[in-house]
Amino acid sequence: MPDQLIFAMEVFLNGLMAGVLYALVALGFVLIYKASGIFNYAQGVMALFAAMTLVGIMNGQVPFAHLINATFGTHVYTFGWTVPALLAIILTMGVMVLLAWAVQRFVMRHLVGQEPIILFMATIGLAYFLEGVADLMWGSEIKTLDVGLPQGINLWIDETTYNVFGYGFFIDNLDIVATIIAALLVAALVAFSQYTKQGRAMRAVADDHQAALSVGISLNFIWIMVWSVAGFVALVAGIVWGTKSGVQFSLSLIALKALPVLMLGGFTSIPGAIVGGLIIGVGEKLFEFAVGPLVGGATENWFAYVLALIFLVFRPQGLFGEKIIERV
Amino acid sequence: MLDASDDGYVTEDGRKIGGVVMEMKNITLRFGGVVAIKDISFDIRQGEIRAIIGPNGAGKSSMLNVISGFYVPQEGEVWFHGKKRPPMKPYEVARQGIARTFQNIALFEGMSVLDNVMTGRLNFMKTNIVQQAIWRGKAEAEEVENREAVEKIIDFLEIQHIRKTPVARLPYGLKKRVELARALAAEPKLLLLDEPMAGMNVEEKEDMSRFILDVNDEFGTTIALIEHDMGVVMDLSDRVVVMDYGKKIGDGTPDEVRNNQEVIDAYLGVSHD
Repeated sequence: MPDQLIFAMEVFLNGLMAGVLYALVALGFVLIYKASGIFNYAQGVMALFAAMTLVGIMNGQVPFAHLINATFGTHVYTFGWTVPALLAIILTMGVMVLLAWAVQRFVMRHLVGQEPIILFMATIGLAYFLEGVADLMWGSEIKTLDVGLPQGINLWIDETTYNVFGYGFFIDNLDIVATIIAALLVAALVAFSQYTKQGRAMRAVADDHQAALSVGISLNFIWIMVWSVAGFVALVAGIVWGTKSGVQFSLSLIALKALPVLMLGGFTSIPGAIVGGLIIGVGEKLFEFAVGPLVGGATENWFAYVLALIFLVFRPQGLFGEKIIERV
Repeated sequence: MLDASDDGYVTEDGRKIGGVVMEMKNITLRFGGVVAIKDISFDIRQGEIRAIIGPNGAGKSSMLNVISGFYVPQEGEVWFHGKKRPPMKPYEVARQGIARTFQNIALFEGMSVLDNVMTGRLNFMKTNIVQQAIWRGKAEAEEVENREAVEKIIDFLEIQHIRKTPVARLPYGLKKRVELARALAAEPKLLLLDEPMAGMNVEEKEDMSRFILDVNDEFGTTIALIEHDMGVVMDLSDRVVVMDYGKKIGDGTPDEVRNNQEVIDAYLGVSHD
C-alpha cells in the first residue's frame, strides 16, 4: 500500500477521535435546545466551569480564595487535603445541579414565553457571568486535570499496524477512552429520554407547554432537570477536554466548534450531533492533510465553518434535523 | 330537584347524581379593563355531565381555564371536594385529579399515540429519578402496570390501530380522541372538555358524543364541557350553565334552559326598542 494512503488512514482515524470530542460538546447544546428551544451559548463555559470546579475540589482549593483573603486579610488558599477523583466528580455534579437550579430560578424562569433570540441573548450573558465566576472562584491559571484516564500512545495499535503496514499508527489512549465514554453517554441519554418517566415528561415539555401542564408536569422541575443533564454532559466534556489540553479559559471556545457540528447534524438530533462531530473531525483533518500544504496550512481553523455554510445553503435543517415545513 | 343543598338527584334517564364535587363561588376574572367573567357561581356534582354554553366571547373558555388553574380569578372562591382551593399552578390542579382537553388540541405532536396517553399516567408513577434511571424492579413493574391501564383506555376509545402512529400524522377527529384518551388516563375526578366537538363533521360529532356518554357511564366520571353547538349539548348534558358577556343568564336542566327567555334572546338576538 502506498505510504500516502496509509498516512491518510491514520489521519482519518485521528479525525474520528477528534470528532468524538466535538460531538461531546454538541450533545449538551442539543439536549437543551430539544427540551426548551434555547440555544445555550454558555454550554462551552459550563464545560470549563465544571472542569475547573473538579480540579479545585480535587486539589482541596478554597473557593473564592482571593475574594476571602482580600476582604478579611487572611491568607487561605487550600484546605490542605486532596479529594479522590470519583468523589470529586460526584461533588462537581452536585455543583452543576445547583447551577442548573440557579439558572432556572434567577434567569430562565423570568423569561418564559419570550422570543428565542432573547433567550439566546440571556445565555450569552450567562456565559460571561459564569466565566467571571469561574475565574473568581478558582483562579485563572492553567491547571492540569488527572482523574486517572489513560493517556499516551496506544502500543497495541502501534504494534499491530506496524506489523500489517510497516508503519505504526499513533492513536492516543485518551481518544479511545473518550470515544467509549461518548458512546456510553449517548446510550444513557437515549435510554433516559425514551424509557423513563422523567424522559417522557421531558419530551412532553419540549413538545407543548400547555399540554404538559394539563397532565400535571411541573415545567420548572423539568427545566432544572434538563439544565442538570446539560451540566452533566458539560462535566464529561470538561473532564475529557481538560485531561487532553489542560484546564484553561480557551476551553470555553470549543463551544464555537460545536456550532458547525450542529449545523451539519441538526440542532434537534442526538445522533446528528455524533455524526456531525465525526464529519467535521474527519473532514478537517483530511482536508488539512490533502489541501493544507497547497494553501499554506491552517485550514483546520476555517474548514468546519465553510462546510457549515455550504450546508446552510443546501440543507438548512441539517442531516438529521426536523424537516422545516412552511404552510402557505 | 336541583336545589344545591340536597345530596343529589336522579336524572331523567334514571342515573343517580351525587353531591357537589366542585363549586365556583362568585368568580370574577378581569384582563386589564375587560371583564371576562362577572360574579358567576355554579356547582358540578358527582357523576353528572355539566355543560357551559354561550355565544362566542361569553367567557366559557375563561371559566374552564379558571377551573383548571390556567387563569387565577381576581375575586371568588373555588371549592373542590368540600375544600377551598388556594391559588394553584395548572400542574398542581392536574395532580389533584382534574384533567382537561383543549379547544385547539394540545397534544405532543412528535410522540406516538401510546406515549401521549402514557403521559396522562405520570402522576401514578411514583418511582424517583434514580430508580427510573437504573430501571429495575419497581420502576419496571410500575411501567407495566400503567401500560395496562393505558391499553384499556385505548381499547375503550377504539384507537388501537393507531397506537404507534406519531400524533402529527393523525386527522383532526382522531387527535381529539387521543386527547380525550390522555385525559382519561389520569383517571380524573373531574374531566374538563373544551369544545370537544369543535370543527368536526356530523359523523365525528356522533362518535364523540357516544364516547363522552360511555365514559360517564362506564367510569362514572364527572364531566364539565363547553360547547356552542346547542343541539349536541342538550342531548348530552344533565344540567347546563348559560353564559353571555361574562354573566350567568341561565342554569338548569336542558329543558329549563331551552325555555328561558333570556337564553333565547342571547342566542337568537333581541331587538332593543
